[in-house]
Amino acid sequence: MSAVLFFIAAIGAITGAVGVVMLRNPFYSVLALVGHLISLAALFLLLRAEFVAAAQVVVYAGAVMVLYVFVVAYVGGADEPLHSPGGALRALAPLFALAVAVELCIALLGTGLTAINSRGAHYVFGFGTPRQIGQEFLTTFLFPFEVASLLLLMSAVGAVVLARRRRGLEGTDEFEDRFAAVPRPAFTGTMAEGAGIRGGAGTTSRPAAQERPLGVSSGDPR
Amino acid sequence: MNIAWYLVVSAIIFCIGVTGVLVRPNPLVILLCLELMLNAANLALVAFSRMWGNSDGQVFALIVMVVAACEVTVGLGLIVAIYRRRMAVNVDELNELRG
Repeated sequence: MSAVLFFIAAIGAITGAVGVVMLRNPFYSVLALVGHLISLAALFLLLRAEFVAAAQVVVYAGAVMVLYVFVVAYVGGADEPLHSPGGALRALAPLFALAVAVELCIALLGTGLTAINSRGAHYVFGFGTPRQIGQEFLTTFLFPFEVASLLLLMSAVGAVVLARRRRGLEGTDEFEDRFAAVPRPAFTGTMAEGAGIRGGAGTTSRPAAQERPLGVSSGDPR
Repeated sequence: MNIAWYLVVSAIIFCIGVTGVLVRPNPLVILLCLELMLNAANLALVAFSRMWGNSDGQVFALIVMVVAACEVTVGLGLIVAIYRRRMAVNVDELNELRG
């Protein structure tokens, strides 16, 4: 029974991984990765790592992948060629990957660990449960636990700083201003009219100049 | 199943991830392939944890997941910043430091 489950989950995980690399649309790559992660969670369950499997599904396949989907939708996941035209090194890339595969095969076959040909240690009740993992985190691994929380905070702040709208860069963008300043006839159903930003008919004032302070004030916590 | 089978699966997934990082030009897909490699390492860690009957490996796997989440957050922030500046989201063209 466990062998059947193992092969189903392993084939699912490898298929998902191949899909991530081979699919041309980044959106489908993300979906393939979700399938891969869920298959991997099944493998974790077979290895009696219940808490890791649950965290994998909830945190990874749930939260992190939603972040990916949003960014792919924002950046625009257009179809792209799998191989970019240029680059002699890129033709060598599969060769390098093959070299890594050979090295890993040598490491696995030449290992001195005899226990990897067994089914693992005797299963003790409570192994890998949230209770045990939590106890480990709050006693033996308290310092890495706190460092991890600090790291999460730093990366969250860093991501906001990196991806925020920079007024200094975008305000001087001539392309945007030129197109926003084209006077459109009134009552033609533009978005600016719908938001009530534009004044009367035939206004030649620049809507972009009015929209920008509005966008800032909407971000105000008040 | 023997522990060796899990290690074989882990090695295969890692190699697929390496291939993706080397072949694909899109930084989004490169981040996804990094995830693949980290997950392969996680699978090996959990398999060894099962082999020894010791849960330290699972704690390590959870820490790896935290680090992967941080890396993804910062990486996606960078991609959004690149996109905002109307530069091509392609690692072959983003090869200069002056931006």
